[in-house]
Amino acid sequence: MIASIIFILLIVAGVTFSTINARKIIRNIGLGKDVNMTDQPSQRWKLMTLVALGQKKMFARPIPAILHIFLYAAFVITQIELIEIFVDGIIGTHRVFRPALGGFYTFMVSFIEILSVLAMIGTIAFLSRRNLLKIPRLVKSELNGWPKLDANFILIAEFVLICFIFMMNGADEVLYSRGMSHATDLGDGSLGLSISSKLGPLLFGGMSDHTLHIIERIGWWGHIILVFGYLNYLPYSKHLHILLAFPNVYFSNLNPKGQFTNLESVTNEVKAMMDPTFTPPPPANPDQPMRFGAKDVTDLSWKQLLNAYSCTECGRCTSVCPANTTGKLLSPRKIMMDTRDRLVEVGENIDKNGGTFVDDGKTLGSYITKEELWACTSCNGCVEACPINIDPLSIIMDMRRFLVMEESSAPTELTGMFTNIENNGAPWQFPPSDRLNWKNE
Amino acid sequence: MSEALKVPTMADYMATGETPEILFWVGCAGSFDDRAKKITKALVKILNHANVKFAVLGTEESCTGDPAKRAGNEFLFQMQAMTNITVMNEYQVKKIVTACPHCFNTLKNEYPNLGGNYQVVHHTELLQDLLSSGRIKIEGGSFKGKKITFHDPCYLGRANDVYEAPREVMVNLDAELMEMKRSKANGFCCGAGGAQMFKEAEKGDREVNVERAEEALALNPDIIAVGCPFCNTMMTDGVKFFNKEHQVKVLDVAEMIAQAQDL
Repeated sequence: MIASIIFILLIVAGVTFSTINARKIIRNIGLGKDVNMTDQPSQRWKLMTLVALGQKKMFARPIPAILHIFLYAAFVITQIELIEIFVDGIIGTHRVFRPALGGFYTFMVSFIEILSVLAMIGTIAFLSRRNLLKIPRLVKSELNGWPKLDANFILIAEFVLICFIFMMNGADEVLYSRGMSHATDLGDGSLGLSISSKLGPLLFGGMSDHTLHIIERIGWWGHIILVFGYLNYLPYSKHLHILLAFPNVYFSNLNPKGQFTNLESVTNEVKAMMDPTFTPPPPANPDQPMRFGAKDVTDLSWKQLLNAYSCTECGRCTSVCPANTTGKLLSPRKIMMDTRDRLVEVGENIDKNGGTFVDDGKTLGSYITKEELWACTSCNGCVEACPINIDPLSIIMDMRRFLVMEESSAPTELTGMFTNIENNGAPWQFPPSDRLNWKNE
Repeated sequence: MSEALKVPTMADYMATGETPEILFWVGCAGSFDDRAKKITKALVKILNHANVKFAVLGTEESCTGDPAKRAGNEFLFQMQAMTNITVMNEYQVKKIVTACPHCFNTLKNEYPNLGGNYQVVHHTELLQDLLSSGRIKIEGGSFKGKKITFHDPCYLGRANDVYEAPREVMVNLDAELMEMKRSKANGFCCGAGGAQMFKEAEKGDREVNVERAEEALALNPDIIAVGCPFCNTMMTDGVKFFNKEHQVKVLDVAEMIAQAQDL
């Protein structure tokens, strides 16, 4: 009875806090500019199935892809077992579905156990890749501090979670064989779980019933507490991708990667300049000054902000970036991390100031330097490499637009190039009248 | 062999009341850069040889605005785009070919929304067409057995998913085509895109083109094939960095086809 009350309180607290956090994230993403990403729904569903659900792009690197599948499959399938944990927890039963489901129950839990073993191999391999093998993209400077801790923390939590599962099932197997389990005794002498029916006796065989009950309960409670802890840790972690990867891929850019947006505000001004009879449409929001490019996160689109929250900092983008691989400061992953950090900061500012943003003297440019922005070759390597179709390049471009069109701050050589195009119609200083000279040379 | 190039302009065609099959967008590099001018001429030779009714804009052509746009100057880009669109719409242009992937991408993807709707092809796509329809033929040729590796231009490959056209054209050369470790969708940039061509690189360990040239040279090719005037410059400089310019040539696909046809 008391256990049930504690359990229900745990659910209420877990769900309440995670809902508050989820709403904050949705609010923050909503700070971005409106952009329509809902055309071609069938194409989008297909993409989401292949890229998010099917993890198609992960297989560009087969080893991490397979390890990742282990964790992913275990995570998804374990949710089924959670249903039973919820029912047991609320009404105070133990393995409530087993008598009714019979062989199917044994099959499901056994399947979950096998996936859990694979997931354990995955977590150990991932921890080794980060901390022992030091795979270059997993030890870059932008991961120093919190990001590195975050990654390790999640992996360790996953490892512990799997240990809890085997404590719970292993101890219960031993108890069941002694007729001492709280599960309904079907007279079959074993729960028949693929791993725990062997592992349980091996680890816990000699222990007293009392100790086994304690171990079983630690496993059970530990499991569910970690699940709720995880749910509430997600909003602070790069691990949000397990949820956001799906909408993020659904709302992918479906145009060719080379097609950059044409700024409509600029189109209106250019049209007005070239055709005196053209009257530009009134601005959608007359209170806000017109902005060219992105000064801060609120100048980016909601899609770009969703990208930032979806990034799991895997660094595939950075490892293919021509600027980064030749030692330049630019790292596409850092662009995404900085965008998210600044967005979180803006969100906290809004919360602190009763719903409105109060100028804090900072912008996205306080996080991302000009040196980083100007090192980009716009090659789309990062966009291609991202397993969930994040587009760091569009943020770089929007920030360049702000630097050039509002701050008049471009490297001198580029200012020269602009002048040449304006005066000669070519990026070099050749007179336009010479354009066809090659014919006779 | 070396006849005078026939390079009619759109204005010439208009004067006779005829319309060409296709507009050849030469681009700034193709018009002014000494190395790229050779690619322009090679393509013209092929077009002349295949009796393709094409025209250029000549002095009426102006920068597409691509480098301005990638450098963040959207104003300048749209000014250029709208000026060019006015000219091309005036001539009722339907189809464009260009040997520059940057012009190709901009004309194809960024002009429609500003009122310029054309069918745009990269010159390797046109060459593929001409070869498959039999309008040009290659027999034997000087490239037989040569080791060739193709460097994918970012704005043709990843930006527009054109990977096969240049490769299928080169198959006709009877050469040995080799792929770099990073090719097609994983191709590594030459370092020129995003307006980098027009500025010094930021501080780093090495130049992007040196990294890419090293990768290409590791295959011991006779020729590094390219499909972009800027990649051409970058790869040529990269090969020079390793003092390999006498052993390894950097050639545009069009130049190879022209040479193979003895044009």
